Amino acid sequence: MDTLACLEGVGVSLGGSPVLRELDLIVSASEIVGISGPNGSGKTTLIRALATLQATDGGSGTILGKKLGSPAVRCVRPRIGLIGHAPGLISELSLRENLIHISKLAGIDPNRVDHALEVVGLRGASDRRVSAASYGMKRRVEAAHLLLRRPDLLLLDEAMSGLDSNGVDLIRAIVESTVAEGGAAVVVSHDVDHLSRLAQRTLHLEAGKLRAGE
Amino acid sequence: MSFWAQAWEVARTDIRIESRAGEVFKVVTPFAVVALLVFPIALGFQLSVVREIGIGVFWALSILFGMQIALRQSAADSLERRDVQALLGVDPAARFTGRVMSATLLTLGFMGVLLVAMTLLYAPSLPDGWAVGLIVTSALMAVGLAELGTLAGELTAGLRNRANLASLIVAPLAIPLVMGASQSLEALARDESILPWVLLLAASALALAVGGVALARPLEEAAQ
Repeated sequence: MDTLACLEGVGVSLGGSPVLRELDLIVSASEIVGISGPNGSGKTTLIRALATLQATDGGSGTILGKKLGSPAVRCVRPRIGLIGHAPGLISELSLRENLIHISKLAGIDPNRVDHALEVVGLRGASDRRVSAASYGMKRRVEAAHLLLRRPDLLLLDEAMSGLDSNGVDLIRAIVESTVAEGGAAVVVSHDVDHLSRLAQRTLHLEAGKLRAGE
Repeated sequence: MSFWAQAWEVARTDIRIESRAGEVFKVVTPFAVVALLVFPIALGFQLSVVREIGIGVFWALSILFGMQIALRQSAADSLERRDVQALLGVDPAARFTGRVMSATLLTLGFMGVLLVAMTLLYAPSLPDGWAVGLIVTSALMAVGLAELGTLAGELTAGLRNRANLASLIVAPLAIPLVMGASQSLEALARDESILPWVLLLAASALALAVGGVALARPLEEAAQ
């Protein structure tokens, strides 16, 4: 089975304090990996490291076949989809304008935006400014962003928090369709029950180290 | 997506954000005009002095507030927004270029309003041929300020106290711009060529453009 992400003995320090310590993780194609852990355990740092957005200071790894820390890793970034703690949207633009902006920067046909908004249930609210949108709406825009880009490696950091049951189903459907197409997903959540229902295997992150989940 | 298409999209979006938020023309510009009013009051309404210093005050306020315009855009970039752009494959050099394009346009607009206000309030004594000289130097200064502010914003991305740090970086690097802009009109008044000062401004703008584009990628990596 293809390996989409591989970390071997990876460490990350933030402000001089170690956050991840000699961490090993392999994410294979068609796999959903769930990661739980208490606050401050390094879940978000791990997700950012997998997204190639966090410099590592020990160990080695590959993401989508490219060595972590090498210039080549930039080429695979468009194949990575990330939903982080806070939505990276522009407050002054509408939900639709944000997606059109993203489409243009990514070289995607902006005509697909309306369909993506319809799928995530935001067609009627597409002209609402982000500053006036609810947290759940912003999360749905991020889901629409994933639908537009169809990344191979999905990284979801508490992506379902703040979403109603329809929103949770939507994220779940995106994860499952990505995996069905040979991609993979790493899902971080405090909700262990939720993770165990979605992921094929769950891991627990504590004090910067991963161990098998209960 | 091509470099220029990305740069254009970044610039277009920045202008759209400004058209909604209105910070440059509803906040920064009125503040600068108020600052123009302060100088005559401080000088006890000595009209001859006010007329003499008018153009100098214009350059000083252009630098101070123009820098705020350029820095403001970079400061608005959250970590999450930068992450989104990185994962979309946006070339950091294209982002720098787009930012400079939008900041130049906004700074030029700001300087235009400030010039009209200064002319009305100070009735300055301007040398012959001032219009062409002022247009050329203002345009080059706007480009230089936009580059400098964007570069300082990139250098301090992700740092605490970034606004203070950015100002410290900008102040010494802005000296050639201030000199070039102010001395070009002085040269006109002395009936001398403004070419050396225009070349100083152009060289500064070019050096900042090369530096900004060349450093964009390493700076993005360093911020991670």
